[in-house]
Formats: sequence, structure tokens, C-alpha cells
Amino acid sequence: MEYYLSLLVRSIFIDNIALSMFLGMCTFIALSKKIDAAIGLGIAVIVVQTITVPVNNLLYNYLLADGALAWAGLPDVNLSFLVFLCFIGVIAAIVQILEMVLDKYVPALYNALGVFLPLITVNCAILGGSLLMQERGYDFAESVVFGLGSGTSWALAIAVLAGIREKLKYSDIPEGLQGLGIVFITVGLVSLGFMSFGGIDL
Amino acid sequence: MANIKDTLLEPIVVNNPIALQILGICSALAVTSSMKVSFVMCLALTVVCAFSNFFVSLIRHHIPGSIRIIVQMIIIASLVIVVDQVLKAVAYDVSKQLSVFVGLIITNCIVMGRAEAFAMKNPPIPSFLDGIGNGLGYSVILMIVAFFRELFGAGTLWGVVVLPVETNGGWYVANGMMLMPPSAFVLIGLLIWGLRSWKKTQVEKADFKITKNSQPSEVI
Repeated sequence: MEYYLSLLVRSIFIDNIALSMFLGMCTFIALSKKIDAAIGLGIAVIVVQTITVPVNNLLYNYLLADGALAWAGLPDVNLSFLVFLCFIGVIAAIVQILEMVLDKYVPALYNALGVFLPLITVNCAILGGSLLMQERGYDFAESVVFGLGSGTSWALAIAVLAGIREKLKYSDIPEGLQGLGIVFITVGLVSLGFMSFGGIDL
Repeated sequence: MANIKDTLLEPIVVNNPIALQILGICSALAVTSSMKVSFVMCLALTVVCAFSNFFVSLIRHHIPGSIRIIVQMIIIASLVIVVDQVLKAVAYDVSKQLSVFVGLIITNCIVMGRAEAFAMKNPPIPSFLDGIGNGLGYSVILMIVAFFRELFGAGTLWGVVVLPVETNGGWYVANGMMLMPPSAFVLIGLLIWGLRSWKKTQVEKADFKITKNSQPSEVI
């Protein structure tokens, strides 16, 4: 139990996928102007990440990894070169299914997340989470925790940045630095702040 | 002819994918702690971008509008698999250092963005050149960031010692901060500042203008 807690804290604070792994930066920068939008997108990422990472984990361990097809009588088959294609397919499909399910059963949540769900397919945080899971060789339970933790870390980071940016528009910024430039420098400082979590060890 | 030159060179300074279009930033930050690794990344991205543009443009009249994203994604993912396998065969060390970021070319917005915005509307050859142009625009920023991070962070360029580091008996005290993630953000921010001071048209408008303090004479 303690091990999973430590993994969760690690993936939320220390290995923050937005600020120390640089994943999902495009949406991170583009959609952090308003706190509402940022939180909506953050929640969508948590949901999708918590579902896709474990599903991809099962897919990888039972179909694609070296020798994983032994249960089907094909112990020599190694399909691991197909991971990119399969992972992105799974992500696109899950996002699509989630959209339809939410639309049918939880319309309120669908309306809140509506615009952001399709964007998530091309968010590198999601694909990156699955690829990191594969590279680090997590088992199923670990991948559930990692999915939840990495999704939360991304949501946390975008909410923090959106909060800063809302205040930032009232400040006097040099002309050339206006907009994108100052956002990058702010993210740099936020990321510096998150580095101080580096010493935490549970 | 002039048109071809524009397609190729415009994305480098005037319409840079990273600095102006805010595309493909993830990998730009993560792989830039050494020049060699970033060069391989640039090469991989340029190849994928050029060929995905080419193939998407080749079949653009046969793609139904509603499933175009999936079709583009499959073309890109297949190309990335090829690039990844080649890298693993030819430069295994570098491909280990790039870790997940080769795979992330699939979701790199530059590749998707160009396929969607340019290749769907233009013939194959200009699309191919547009892909190369955008790949180069991305590479320029990456190489500049990598240059500073490697030089000041490790005292080397391309793995060759330029500033002998103190721990190895030299005089230069390495700035470890440069190898950490935050420095990449700040460097790109400064780079954008430089670029926008040079090309004034790229400056974004402020949401609010700060009004001048009122003069004592006006108050009284």
C-alpha cells in the first residue's frame, strides 16, 4: 500500500508530466488563459488518463510485448513495434466512446467537458503517459495509480498556470515579451517551484 | 519558383511553428539538453513531417472529411514506427536517450497541424516542401536552445569539451540549472522575445493597457 502511495505522490509532484516531462505542452500553453477552461480540461485529462493507461497496459502485456502471445500458442511473436499505432488507436477510441457515453448518461458533465474531449486525442500527455508506462514496465495496479497520478499532475499544473495568467494580464510586460514569451518564462518559474518537491521521499 | 522558395523558407523565421504557431513545444523542451540528441530528433521530425504531408496530400481527394483525422493519424503513426525502428538499428544509444519522445512525434502538433492545414489543400510536391520547411523551423529553435543548454550546462558542444569543467580539473563551474527542465522554458521565452523584437508584426496585443500615472500638475 505504502508503495502505491509513494508512486502516486511521485507522479503527481516530483515527476510532474507537464512541468518536468514537458508533455502536453501545446494545449497546456494554448488553453491556460481562463481558469474555468483550464480546470475543465484538467478534469478531462484525469478521466481519460486514468482509463487509457491501464487499458493500454493490458493491451501491451497480453498482446504486444515480446512473447505475450504465448497464451494463443505463439510464444515467438513480438509485436512491440506496433505499440505506437495501437496506443493511439486505443486513445482515440476511448475518447470517442467516453464522449458518447457522457452525452447519453451524464449530459451535465458532457456539456462541461464537451469542447475539450476531442482535443485530448492529440494531447501528448495521454500518449506520453502510456508510453512511459510501457517503458518503465509497470504492472496493472501500478499503471492504474500512475494513470491517476499523472493525470492529476497535469491538471494541477494547468490550473496553477491559468491562475497566474489571469493575474498576469494586468501587469506591465515589455512589448516583445507580451503573450507567449512571458508565459514560457512563467512556466519556467512554476517548474522551478515544483522542483523543490524533489526531496520528498515516502 | 519564388513560391517554392517561400513555402520552404517562410516557416523558419516569419511563421515559425514553435515561436509563432505554438506547435510542437513538448519535444522541443525535453530533448534539448544535448545537441547530438536534439539533432537526431530534428531529423526524425523533419522526415516524418515531410513524408506525412506528401502522403496525405497524395490521397487528399479520397479521404472522407469525417474520418480525415484518423487517416492522418495512421499515416503519421506508420511513419513514426519506421523512423523509430531505423533509429533503434542505426543509433541505439541516442534512441534510448530520446526514450518516449520519438513516439510522441505522432501527437506532435506540427505534423498534425501541417497535414490538416496545408497538405489537405495542396498538391504533393509543395506539401512535401512545406513539411521540410516546418521541420527546419522547428530544428532551428531546437538547435539554438540545445546549444545554450549544452554549452553552459555541461561545458561541451556536440560532446566535445569547449569549456573545461571544474570537476574535471578545468576552470568552468558548470551551471547545473541549465540541464534541468526550467531553463528550457526560460530560454525559449527569451528566444521568442528576441524574435519578436526583430519582427515587430509578431507581437501580441496586450489585453489591458497600463495607463500612465497622473502627473502632479493634473491632480492639483
